[in-house]
Amino acid sequence: MTDLPLLQIHARPGVGMLSGTRSFPEAAREALADPQLRRNLGHATATIRGKRAKVVAELTDWEQLRDSGRAIKVATMVELDTHLERLEERVTAAGGVVHWAADADEANAIVTRLVQATGHREVVKVKSMVTQEIGLNEALLAAGIEAYETDLAELIVQLGDDLPSHILVPAIHRNRAEIRRLFLRTIPDVDPALTDDPRALAATARRHLRGRFLSAKVAVSGANFAVAETGTLCVVESEGNGRMCLTLPETLITVMGIEKVIPSWRDLEVFLQLLPRSSTGERMNPYTSLWTGVYPGDGPQEFHLVLLDNGRTSVLADEAGRDALNCIRCSACLNVCPVYERTGGHAYGSVYPGPIGAILSPQLTGIEDNASLPYASTLCGACYDVCPVKIDIPSILVHLRAEHVETNRRTHRVPTPEAVAMAAAAWTMRDAGRWRRAQQSSRLGRLLGGRGDKRQGLIRSLPGPLRAWTGARDAPRPPAETFREWWARERGAP
Amino acid sequence: MFVTCLVDTLFPDVGRSTVAVLERVGCEVVFPESQTCCGQAHINTGYHRDAVGLVQHFVTTFEPFDAIVAPSGSCTGAVRHQHAMIARKAGNHALAERARAVASRVFELSEFLVDQLGVTDVGAAYPHTVTYHPTCHSMRALGVGDKPLALLRNVRGLSLVELPDDDQCCGFGGTFAVKNADTSTAMLADKMSSVLSTGAEVCSASDSSCLMHIGGGLSRLRAGVRTVHLAEILAATEDVAT
Repeated sequence: MTDLPLLQIHARPGVGMLSGTRSFPEAAREALADPQLRRNLGHATATIRGKRAKVVAELTDWEQLRDSGRAIKVATMVELDTHLERLEERVTAAGGVVHWAADADEANAIVTRLVQATGHREVVKVKSMVTQEIGLNEALLAAGIEAYETDLAELIVQLGDDLPSHILVPAIHRNRAEIRRLFLRTIPDVDPALTDDPRALAATARRHLRGRFLSAKVAVSGANFAVAETGTLCVVESEGNGRMCLTLPETLITVMGIEKVIPSWRDLEVFLQLLPRSSTGERMNPYTSLWTGVYPGDGPQEFHLVLLDNGRTSVLADEAGRDALNCIRCSACLNVCPVYERTGGHAYGSVYPGPIGAILSPQLTGIEDNASLPYASTLCGACYDVCPVKIDIPSILVHLRAEHVETNRRTHRVPTPEAVAMAAAAWTMRDAGRWRRAQQSSRLGRLLGGRGDKRQGLIRSLPGPLRAWTGARDAPRPPAETFREWWARERGAP
Repeated sequence: MFVTCLVDTLFPDVGRSTVAVLERVGCEVVFPESQTCCGQAHINTGYHRDAVGLVQHFVTTFEPFDAIVAPSGSCTGAVRHQHAMIARKAGNHALAERARAVASRVFELSEFLVDQLGVTDVGAAYPHTVTYHPTCHSMRALGVGDKPLALLRNVRGLSLVELPDDDQCCGFGGTFAVKNADTSTAMLADKMSSVLSTGAEVCSASDSSCLMHIGGGLSRLRAGVRTVHLAEILAATEDVAT
């Protein structure tokens, strides 16, 4: 399939931000207890959901567009090596320099070295997921280089010494009042009479950032797409701050996951329709920046492209899971996910939260480092319905759960209690006689609870792991007669 | 009829109601007594090897029948979308082919009544205010659309009130309810407030699992709203009050 040296390795544990220190249920419990967070998230996701639904409904060919987006991505992944080599060739021909990074450490080292070579100690950044993934800002800081986020929401996260919690809206967990307090505390010379009017907040950030744009000599960006046939990179954004970074500095360094390549210019047409409608709920995003190598006398005179693997080839090698690489980071799945809406992004422990994060993060790191994420879903399917490239997220979640179970089977000498229960249940249910006898013994559950509960046909407290059920819900009391007993009595052979 | 293990064990009235409705519209109902479980819990919790035997058992049990009807959207979904995958994954391509063939004849109750029989009025009477939760697997995995609502609208005396945010998951999700109990409960709380906002006496759905979750929450709150499976409403007549 591919001649690339298939590095079937996962992202290195502890490097970058792909897994947290706590399991999802543990981290979620804390988030669920925060009423301000719940309100912020509920309000924000409902607003974006509504906007998306409206603009998607305008297009009569939306389903065909989704099919096209999926088809392009699937076909590209099959020949990813060819497209990447072509991209390298075209970028090089246009005056850029291409670097290959197997993992986060390599990518961080390359970028650090490139910045150091310019002699500058400050970089401005275009909002990018991949540099968050590899922990670039932290790596640069360790080398004495300050990285300034210029996307408004990323700036809010950075000023607050916080972590992003959404792919598109990294500060979705903050409201206006919180942002006002943050600006007053962290931005020099802010008018103390600053209100929480969004316009006033944006103007404050704008004044703060303008100075950075004018003095910055080096910029770092990610990429939404890279067109192999022309060697053109593409960033779409709303604010124009990305455009500033991409045009004003002398040196531009773009870090890009290898899955972002698309074969031809024509393919962009599909994605530039799918992405803004799915992500911000706009017909078209305000700024689309496209650049090809360097152009004498205009824009950055030095351009570097860092192509990052960091576990991606191992995802590609998994036929049942590789569709996760088709993601265009629109975050529509986050906004419709009932789990994300209640827990927020931090609970996922990775820069990629929500449904797509629940499949992508464990695939990039290996299931052991993100074992609780595939279970962070009810499999309700809302994510699959909205995905602009039709990634069947519920099926991949189930696939990863099976991979986790198999990993446990291999690594645990004693099976987990759950594995024992599941094996026992499967053995029982392979035979109707055994099943009938098990049903009869479950009737012992009728003995649980007080007399009042019995009259009402419910159980208020269950023992063992099932206590998690009766923590907030009553359980039904097993009936005196199962359906099959009724059938045998009423309809069975005489 | 595939009654499902949950209905068989905990909600036999739903099974009896399904039989009553199907017989009333003229079907001959057979309950193959060798049936057990579709294996959905095993499959969705990741125990795919253990599920192979259950798929095999399901296929063998139901292969002889023309149509297999289940009072559950999620069990129907598991059979239709997952059985062949489980067999294929185990390298058993012959079983996968048989599973695919059987799955094409498995229907959720409302699908069977409306699509296969062309019936939207089953002659039921149920003098109550009802709101309907469409359940994720019926709505998204099967795409049953408004078939359950079409059936409910033809029930004598029934007043149907729309459930706000009805497309939101109730938070059950099988083992999710136990593995992520806190998130599940938070989702349940919002579903319950939607249900209560309708003022309905009864919340109905076509999955006993979701109803067990929603009903368990409502009963804990002493909310005074009952959960009743779609089959039970369709089985109710003027003679047999529910």
